[in-house]
Amino acid sequence: MIEIDDVSKWYDDFQVLRDCSIGVARGEVVVICGPSGSGKSTLIKCVNGLEPFQSGRITVDGISVGDRRTHLPKVRAKVGMVFQSFELFPHMRALDNVTLGQIKALRRGKAEAEAVAMDLLRRVGLEEHARKHPAELSGGQQQRVAIARALAMQPVAMLFDEPTSALDPEMINEVLDVMVELAQDGMTMMVVTHEMGFARKVAGRIAFMDEGRIVEDRTTEEFFGAPHTERAQAFLSKILQH
Amino acid sequence: MFAQFDFDVILRSLPFLWQGMQVSLLLTGLAVVGGIVLGTILALFRLSRLVPLAWFGGLYVNMFRSVPLILVIFWFYFLVPVALGRPVGGFTSALIAFVLFEAAYYCEIIRAGIQSVPRAQTNAGLAIGLSQAQVTGYVVLPQAFRNMLPVLLTQGIILFQDTSLVYVVALRDFMTASSVVATRDGRLIEMYTFAALVYFAICFAASRAVRRLRRTYAL
Amino acid sequence: MNYNWNWGVLFQDPYYWWLASGLMWTVLVAGAAWLIAFPLGSAIGVARTVEIRWARAIGTVYVELFRNVPLLVQMFLWYFVFPELMPEAVGRWLKRDLPNPEFWTAVVCLGTYTAARVAEQVRSGIESIPKGQRNAALAVGLDEAQAYRHVLLPVAYRIVVPPLTSEFLTIFKNSSLALTIGVLELTAQSRQIENYTFQGFEAFTAATILYLLITLLVVLLMRRVETRTRIPGYIAQGQA
Repeated sequence: MIEIDDVSKWYDDFQVLRDCSIGVARGEVVVICGPSGSGKSTLIKCVNGLEPFQSGRITVDGISVGDRRTHLPKVRAKVGMVFQSFELFPHMRALDNVTLGQIKALRRGKAEAEAVAMDLLRRVGLEEHARKHPAELSGGQQQRVAIARALAMQPVAMLFDEPTSALDPEMINEVLDVMVELAQDGMTMMVVTHEMGFARKVAGRIAFMDEGRIVEDRTTEEFFGAPHTERAQAFLSKILQH
Repeated sequence: MFAQFDFDVILRSLPFLWQGMQVSLLLTGLAVVGGIVLGTILALFRLSRLVPLAWFGGLYVNMFRSVPLILVIFWFYFLVPVALGRPVGGFTSALIAFVLFEAAYYCEIIRAGIQSVPRAQTNAGLAIGLSQAQVTGYVVLPQAFRNMLPVLLTQGIILFQDTSLVYVVALRDFMTASSVVATRDGRLIEMYTFAALVYFAICFAASRAVRRLRRTYAL
Repeated sequence: MNYNWNWGVLFQDPYYWWLASGLMWTVLVAGAAWLIAFPLGSAIGVARTVEIRWARAIGTVYVELFRNVPLLVQMFLWYFVFPELMPEAVGRWLKRDLPNPEFWTAVVCLGTYTAARVAEQVRSGIESIPKGQRNAALAVGLDEAQAYRHVLLPVAYRIVVPPLTSEFLTIFKNSSLALTIGVLELTAQSRQIENYTFQGFEAFTAATILYLLITLLVVLLMRRVETRTRIPGYIAQGQA
């Protein structure tokens, strides 16, 4: 479904991604972890073309993302993205946040879009808040609306960029629960996160990135069973203390 | 198309134009200094806890910022001789008009600058035993001015452009001088284009310099 | 102070009508110029923020040109120089057949000048929106134009209502420059009254009061706009 082949990226002289290769099969959940500055957010933003890359290839459902002829909005409609800072549109109600992409990019009618939106908001448990503005919602609620917004485009895969890092501890679980349900329903997911409990529960594979390189890429059993490279070991010992 | 244009007229009138430019620059310089001094006083009034002072400062600023500069120039061109009971040079009236007008704008810049200095600084100054006046003078204002220096300079560039308005009372600044030559020699296109280029060169260079200043000192 | 007070002169014919007519021309010049400045300025402001290099370049050149030349000089360039630089037929039409050439020249001059200022406000409004918003809009499948239209500009405009109000006020004040090419707006008329009657104090006070009234009305109007477009619960960048 998602194929990342030998991708490298530079910001001026600074190399941010080094020969990254990883794939996510249909229905698979891949978790990417690593220290800050390792390039994981950058990598995931390359998948839907929000960040350009200088060498390598990325294909999503057969479409090449780096190809200049590719119409990026079309790719982005196929792949949903959830951001660390939620990024709901503040001047629109929750309902309108979820219908905007459907109406403008998928060209659905307003009634149909709203029906889909209400259904998704119900699925994430926020039906009664549909007519509120983001500023009136808590962080956890906003992130769940953001997930509904991405799902409204009926994507073939979902990208999550540290979805719970900006949340207060008591709200992390409500978001993770939605993500677990999504995974169990068979969604193809690529998740950048430190939440190893979540990874253990639903991830098929876990990758570790450091300094722009994918250092480890193992199945979940292997990851929590067999010994690691030094860098991965150092990182994991720090975050697994929580 | 440019054959009938007589660019020689510019060269011939350079001394005359230079005298006009000196008037522009002098007026700008004096008005900037006067404007900042009066503007600082007004800013302190507006920030003062004494209600009459704050009220007066607010009234002054709001009035001068609601009316066009040309009207203020007319006002003082008419008013100053009447008030003093004797004829007064155009330059003096214009200078008074500019200082009083620009002070309202400088006041707002300075007020924002003073408010941008954290309250904690004032508290620290008071805590070591300085009086409010000393804290304002030695702790707050120096930091405020450093923060607002680029904006103050930019306002100065605006002031320089505004001096062209003394045209309406026929004070011989650079703009009026250009206009005099233009009408006298019938060379409107050459003179006004030249005037535009000169103003552009000066203002563009000045705003570039301010930008560099901002970057060098991370203001 | 040696002065003969005569406030009655303001209510005499024809001075009373001069003031009214001046006020009308001030409002017309400012209003018409704003109709040019706001859309043009918005377009240039947006142009300065897009990823297309030539669009940014045009925007920057425009702003630098119009901001580094005094408005008075621009007024003269439009009135005296512009018709001469146009092809013969256009030049002749501008100088002879166009009705009210002073008015239209003043409007175009003021409009293009203010557009540069509006452009800077719009640009700073857009730039103050966190980059994540643009990313989120694109991620949901909108293209650049849609992202600007539905996500960035609605928020940017709300952020810059206060400085745009200030620009709108400034355009009323700058309309006074039209008097230099012969438009008999409010300031010009007050000067006329002073010339004819020597009652400068009264004449200029009348003009001052009228400008204050304009300011008051504009501020009230913009406050209304701000309230009606407010996003519930959201505090725009720059306010605190």
